[in-house]
Amino acid sequence: MVRLLTRATRRFDRRELGAIYAGGVIGALARVGLSEALPHGVDAWPWATFIANLLGAALLGWLVTRLGERLPPSAYRRPFLGTGVCGALTTFSTLQLELFKMLEGGYVGLAVAYIAATLIGGFACVHLGTVATRRARALR
Amino acid sequence: MTPLAWVAVAALGGAMALARFLVDSTVATRLGGDFPLGTLAVNLSGAVVLGVLAGAALSGTAYTIVAGGGVGTYTTFSTWMLESHRAGEDGDARVLWLNLAGSLVAGLVAVALGHRIGGLL
Repeated sequence: MVRLLTRATRRFDRRELGAIYAGGVIGALARVGLSEALPHGVDAWPWATFIANLLGAALLGWLVTRLGERLPPSAYRRPFLGTGVCGALTTFSTLQLELFKMLEGGYVGLAVAYIAATLIGGFACVHLGTVATRRARALR
Repeated sequence: MTPLAWVAVAALGGAMALARFLVDSTVATRLGGDFPLGTLAVNLSGAVVLGVLAGAALSGTAYTIVAGGGVGTYTTFSTWMLESHRAGEDGDARVLWLNLAGSLVAGLVAVALGHRIGGLL
């Protein structure tokens, strides 16, 4: 890990890596804070992960559209907000572990509802973030 | 959660966001193509590790720091959704559905596998 990071700082822009680290700190604190505030059993809806994932998806859809199609390319906004904050705020592994535990516990209906709502909701959030940004540009 | 535990979540979170970026860009550069393999590699490897931690019955503050601050930060949902969405916009329905369904099924298998391994530890 340390060697990987040492090599990386030579290959990549250090300030870019710093922006990703800072964004990762914020995203991780926000997600863990949510999960501490909204604990849940295996038979209940995982609101913390659900909210973090949908919020991060909407934010990333908005950000990538805005930086890619509206503003001139910025060196550090995308690594900080996109790779850092959105990437860290959202999680794939926790989602999968929650699904696994629901299935293992026999809560199949809950698992199906949870993954359907997360996938449809997450995709819709990216779409809304994207479309809203393009519409704002068209109005200018 | 003590203040020190939050500091650990923050420090590990930053490091694991960097780890995600490095693994993603390395895989994407070496095996570049239409399919977002970098994100898949990150998410599946993270799912295995989280399965191991849960299977090994790690709990309490240590679990929150390593699983929540570390592995949870390493894997990502937003990029998975964004790359699927953009594949759909580009008219690449094959990548869109393969990425959504394939990652979902492979992720569950990865967690189950990790959980098995963790149970043996």
